[in-house]
Order: sequence, then structure tokens, then C-alpha cells
Amino acid sequence: MARAALLGRLGWQFGELVELVHETPRVASLYFNLPMWPGHLAGQHVDVRLTAEDGYQAERSYSIASPPEDRWVALTVERLDDGEVSPYLVGELKVGDKLELRGPIGGHFVWRGADDRPLLLVAGGSGVVPLMAMLRHRSSAPHKAPARVLYSSRTLADIIYREEIDRLVAANDGLSVTHTLTREKPAGWSGYTRRIDAAMVKEVAWPKAQAPAVFVCGPTPFVEAAADLLVGLDYDPLWIKTERFGATGGPGG
Amino acid sequence: MGFISRGFKGRRRDTASSSRLPPGQYLVNDFPVLSAGPTPRPNLDKWTFSIEGEIDEPKRWTWKELLALPADTVTKDIHCVTKWSKFDTTWKGVSLDTLMQGVETAAEYITAFSDGGYTTNLPLEDVMDGKAWVAYEFDGQPLHPEHGGPARLLVPHLYFWKSAKWVRGIKLEKEQHPGFWESNGYHLYGDPWREQRYWGD
Amino acid sequence: MKMQTSEMKLDGNAIAGLLGEIFAVEMTTAKGTCASCGAVNEVGRVEVYVQAPGTVVRCPACEAVLMRVVRGRGRYWLDLTGVRCLEFAEG
Repeated sequence: MARAALLGRLGWQFGELVELVHETPRVASLYFNLPMWPGHLAGQHVDVRLTAEDGYQAERSYSIASPPEDRWVALTVERLDDGEVSPYLVGELKVGDKLELRGPIGGHFVWRGADDRPLLLVAGGSGVVPLMAMLRHRSSAPHKAPARVLYSSRTLADIIYREEIDRLVAANDGLSVTHTLTREKPAGWSGYTRRIDAAMVKEVAWPKAQAPAVFVCGPTPFVEAAADLLVGLDYDPLWIKTERFGATGGPGG
Repeated sequence: MGFISRGFKGRRRDTASSSRLPPGQYLVNDFPVLSAGPTPRPNLDKWTFSIEGEIDEPKRWTWKELLALPADTVTKDIHCVTKWSKFDTTWKGVSLDTLMQGVETAAEYITAFSDGGYTTNLPLEDVMDGKAWVAYEFDGQPLHPEHGGPARLLVPHLYFWKSAKWVRGIKLEKEQHPGFWESNGYHLYGDPWREQRYWGD
Repeated sequence: MKMQTSEMKLDGNAIAGLLGEIFAVEMTTAKGTCASCGAVNEVGRVEVYVQAPGTVVRCPACEAVLMRVVRGRGRYWLDLTGVRCLEFAEG
């Protein structure tokens, strides 16, 4: 099933929205029933295509938020004020509506549960989405690789999946999550309150002797800063896989 | 009738039958940024614009020299092959007529070349007689690097990929040599009014 | 002259769908050898610019153009001359 997820000519298929969950004021998760879905790997994405009445089409890419074992395929989308597709997905699309999409796509930025290397996930804003698929997949894996997460958000209210992340950490199975906020210092906050930097990464990341599997995702400047900082800790660049989100909040730019 | 996404309208697209809009275009109010590579940031002390190729003595201007030349302020509609058009854009720049003054050449074509390696080809007559400028201001402000600053070619009567960003000169040629996009599917000439987007159009 | 990191720059994940359409197999794990500098990189690691009249793929080591893809009127124009060799698994 996983192999099939990587092969074969992709075609467009229709999913029906079965549930919509508001995660933060601007972010929602959409759950789709996709009868033709071949299965996927954590980290992959889909292309979404919208068609207007006059035939005009817009396409965007969104990371899959759900793990391979879930029944519905979930996308988590941030509504961008000047966006073209995101305000439709988060704002107009209703349960029962159909969405045209193609996937799963991607073979480079994927994590398989059988990978027993220590895991380091570094997320900037909505870059947490594919990494959350990895964490969700990890939580149902029989042997869990130890995992550390560094997650940068603007404010407390912007942290996507906050409660679920707390629950995953509370399971005490080798997962630790460190948050940093870049635009707020809430009272009683125990995380960092600044942009990621060398000191922060040094405190959070695995020692290089652990040779971890690293996934970094978010806007291009964030990803490049994080990757540079990790290489600065003497990480082998080949351990680090990156996915840059473009201005549209997804891997396709 | 294919699938329609219920309620999806897309970006506000004025495709209303304006005679100012070439076929297949829609009007935008912002100024989309398109880029095929990293944004060059040249050192203005070393920047030059040159006219080379089929010319007895190549001509060259430094940044200061270019700015000292008589300049035009023009307002033009621009049309991108990716289908957006923008009306009434205002530019300040030096006309190619000014730069080509006194130049004798047997060339019928030019290749404009830019920092970063981009090239585009044009018939020489399409950059003469008030049809083209080396523009260094947009909307009354110095041209921003993401829009091609310090200076770009401006040839508004053709699709905007011909208005080479980060332009550093033109090469006068007897034969036409397809540039970066023209050698990879885009039309050699690129007239938006005849919708010449791709090879074979 | 300095080239600065552009926010427009993405990576090979951004063309996974497009290359999958063209090659009929997953390509982000394919390895390409830059014809300009010889660097070998997985497609997932290359620099990709999609906000352009076409897609331009550049070598992360030397920024030379590896690939250009234009789509229009039901056709693709694909220039792979910047890749000396592309290695990928059979289906």
C-alpha cells in the first residue's frame, strides 16, 4: 500500500468534505472522504484544484495532516487575507461539498514509522502540518523513535493543534515539544519568546552523535535559517530534509 | 459540463469586454512578482548598460551616466503572458531611441541580457520609435529589485516577459536568437493582441 | 555581486506533482547531476521557482538552471539540458 502511494500516474479525484474543525482563528482542518485514495505516507501533500463557473481554475498544494492509518484524509489550511484558494477552503467550503484533488505527492519529504533514528521536527507556522502527520503516525507506531519538536508560532492563539500536541507529550513515550513565540510573551509562558537562533537550536536539537532524521518545514526564510543553524551544529546536511512553503502557505508556492 | 467548485469565484478578474484588454487577459490591481531565479543585487558603482554586437564601437553607460540622460515619464498598460494585465502603469526611463542615437548598424534584431543570465530577443524596430525604455522608476519610486530594479527593459506593446528585469544591455544581431523563454515554448515575437503566447500560436 | 535568498525560492517538493505528471513516477527522490558544476542532488533538494511564465529549477550548489518546464495549450516544453544525468528507480 505504501509502495503504491509512491507510484503510478496521478489523476484528479473528488473528495467530499465530511468535517471541518477550526484549529485557530485563521486555520481550519478539513476532513475528506476520498473513495479512490490509494493511501499515503506522512509528509506527502496533495494538489487541490478549484474551478469557477466560467472555467477559470486555480491550483494549490497543501500538506496532508492526517496519518496514513486514518480513514479520512485531512488538510489543514491557513486562510490568507489576500489568498485566492485559502479563503474558499476556509470560509466557503461546506460539509457535503466536493473538492477536486490529486495525490498523494512527494517521496523526498516523508517519514516512515519503521525509521528508528531519533527524530527532530522543526516547524515554522503552518509548516507544522506535514510534521503533525508524522507525529500522529508515530503515536500509533509499535516502536516509537524518540522525537523532539521545535515549533515556532507568532502568538499563543496561532499554535495549531496545541491541545493535541500537549496530549501526545503527556503520553510520555519519548516525545518532547518546545514552543517558541515570536510576537508575544504571555504571562506564565514557559517556552521561548523569540525567533529561532543558534542557542535555541543547540538546546533543543539532538546531539550530532545521535545522527537524527530531521524534517524542517515552513516559509522559505524560516527553513533556510533553521537548516543553516543545524548545519552549524555539525549536522550532516543529508540528515536534514526540508520543505519550503511559498506565499500561498503550501509546498507549491 | 465539467466539475464546478460550488461558490468559487477566484481572484477578482475583470474580463469585461474592455477594448483595452488583449484576448485571454484579466485585469489586476496589484503588481504580481514573477521570478525565475534569485534576485540580483548589483553594486551600482560597477553597474553598466551596454550596446554591443553589430556596432563599430560598443557603447556603455555607468549608472550615473544613465541617470543623467534625458528621460521620459510614460504611462502604459502592461500584459503578462500568465494572463494578468495592469493598466496605467507609470515608468521613468531612458528611451532606446536616446541610447541608440548615432548608432549605425546592419542588425535587425537584439538580444537583451540581464544579471542572473536571463535573455530575451526582439526585432530592433520593436525597441525604436518610442516603443521601449530602460526604466529605473516605477510609480514615482526607484524600481524595486523584485520588479527588476535597478533598471529593466520596458517594451509594453509585447508580453511582459520581453521587458527584461535587471537588464544590463542589448546585443545587436543580424539574426534572431531565441532567448530564455523563447527557446523553451514561448512565442518568438509575443504580441498580446494576437495572443502569441506559445510556439505555434 | 550578491545574490540574496529570495522568498520566491522553493524546493523540489514544489514540482513533485508536475514531474509526477510528466514522468509517471515519483521524482523527488530522483538524483540529478548538474551539467554545470557536477553536483548531485535529489530533486527534493533543488531550488525551484514557480512564480514565472514557466517553472525554473536551479542547482542548489551553483544556481545554474537544471530544468525549465513550460505548460500551455495542452503541451509541455521541457528542457533538461542543465541535468547531465537523471537517476531514478524503476516503477
